[in-house]
Amino acid sequence: MIHLEKVCKTFGDLKVLDELDLHVPRGSAFVIMGPSGAGKSVILKHIIGLLRPDSGVIRVDNMSVPDLKGEPLRDLRRDMGYLFQHSALINWLNVFDNIALPLRETMDLPEDEILDRVHHVLGLVSLSQADHKFPSEISGGMQKRVGLARALVTRPRIILYDEPEAGLDPGMSVDIARMIREIGQELGMTSVTVTHSVDCARTVGDHLALFIGGRIALQGTPTEVLDSGHALVHDFLQGSSKS
Amino acid sequence: MNFFTRFGNRILAPLVSTAGFGMRIAGETIYRIPQLPKRWVTFREQFYLSCVRTLHVVVFVAFFIGMIVALQVGLELARYGQQEAIGYGVSLMMVREMGPFVTAILMAASVGSAMAAELGTMKVQEEITALEVMSVDVISLLVLPRVLALTLAMPILTILANYVGTIGGGVIAVTQLNLDFGAYTTNALTSLRDIGDWIPLPISLFGGLLKSLIFGFVIGVIGCASGLSASRGAAGVGRTTRAAVRDSIILVIVLNFFLGKFLFQ
Repeated sequence: MIHLEKVCKTFGDLKVLDELDLHVPRGSAFVIMGPSGAGKSVILKHIIGLLRPDSGVIRVDNMSVPDLKGEPLRDLRRDMGYLFQHSALINWLNVFDNIALPLRETMDLPEDEILDRVHHVLGLVSLSQADHKFPSEISGGMQKRVGLARALVTRPRIILYDEPEAGLDPGMSVDIARMIREIGQELGMTSVTVTHSVDCARTVGDHLALFIGGRIALQGTPTEVLDSGHALVHDFLQGSSKS
Repeated sequence: MNFFTRFGNRILAPLVSTAGFGMRIAGETIYRIPQLPKRWVTFREQFYLSCVRTLHVVVFVAFFIGMIVALQVGLELARYGQQEAIGYGVSLMMVREMGPFVTAILMAASVGSAMAAELGTMKVQEEITALEVMSVDVISLLVLPRVLALTLAMPILTILANYVGTIGGGVIAVTQLNLDFGAYTTNALTSLRDIGDWIPLPISLFGGLLKSLIFGFVIGVIGCASGLSASRGAAGVGRTTRAAVRDSIILVIVLNFFLGKFLFQ
């Protein structure tokens, strides 16, 4: 479903993606784990067409993402949800309008159906009572859940999570990770999560890839990778525990 | 790297890139004008911010500008015993140049900078990226209502500035030059009656208003384009806001000269 082959990306002198190969099967909960600042979010931005690779192939449903422009790119994005690291909610819209925004702007739906859909996803993220509040009036964890609801409201087939636990306390991180897992199972979507949190990776994923040095160093189920005793995993976990 | 390469990389490339981005935003905004009814609520809010919330500043400044023009021109005319002509001078100066120009400078400093800061903050907080990811048309949602609101607010504020500035000139005419206010206003109105060659309307008045309309569009586009190109956090927002005001003022001054030459010469 999502296929990256020999993808390279350089920012200035920094090579972030170095002939990256990645295959995400349909329906899987795929986690890309790696150190902070390694370029994990860059992978997601390539998948959704926000960045173009210097070279290599990126395909989503057999469509070459770097070649898409205009309406075909917008069509592809309508099939994808994206949870931003810092939620990226529109500050002058309340929770309801933030979630309703992609429906109002990109779909020709009657207001009744928008109302139903928004309340449905608010229920999924346990925020039914907060629809009238503004982003500045709710906590970071609630903002993250609103961001999740906004990503889900268009009923995407693929959802991309960029560090869903970023900026949250440990308890809240666990809640969000669980919520992502449960929603993924309930709705049967393909998901790609990037994280540097081992706990998040174990909770969310059924497949894990360790991203180090611009490419995938190891992959398998979270248990296979994290309990493999491989030197790279050991080094990453040591670094992760220090940070 | 030699001097020319450095000059090209540091000065010309960003300049061409910024100008190109601004022109793209301008073109895309004009292309989306038929979508205005869909953006009516935001347009109304932005019009209120652009027009009503800046009204008191425009009135205050225009009054003093009128007095300054009347004082300086009046004192010189008085040396030749021609102070009665001050009504002509002040009203023409206000309507053709000072009204649109001063209003544009005030709008660039207040509304244009606010647009750059608001959109710049949205950009660095990834809100603009989020809109792109959701396939939301950023130009239609954010730029169109702001640019059109400012474009349409400018002539209204300019009419007010012209009026108040001319009254300010009248105050100086009466108190400093011992002229009759009735004669002053008669002269002021008479000077505006010239009909244009290319438009069957009082050319000074409508030429000035046309200028203000163009200034409003330019300031709006520069404010929005600057905001949308912001990067690197709060410092980046500050940088783009400063650049928006600077570029708007420079462009308004340059345009003012060429439009003035085209319209009134």
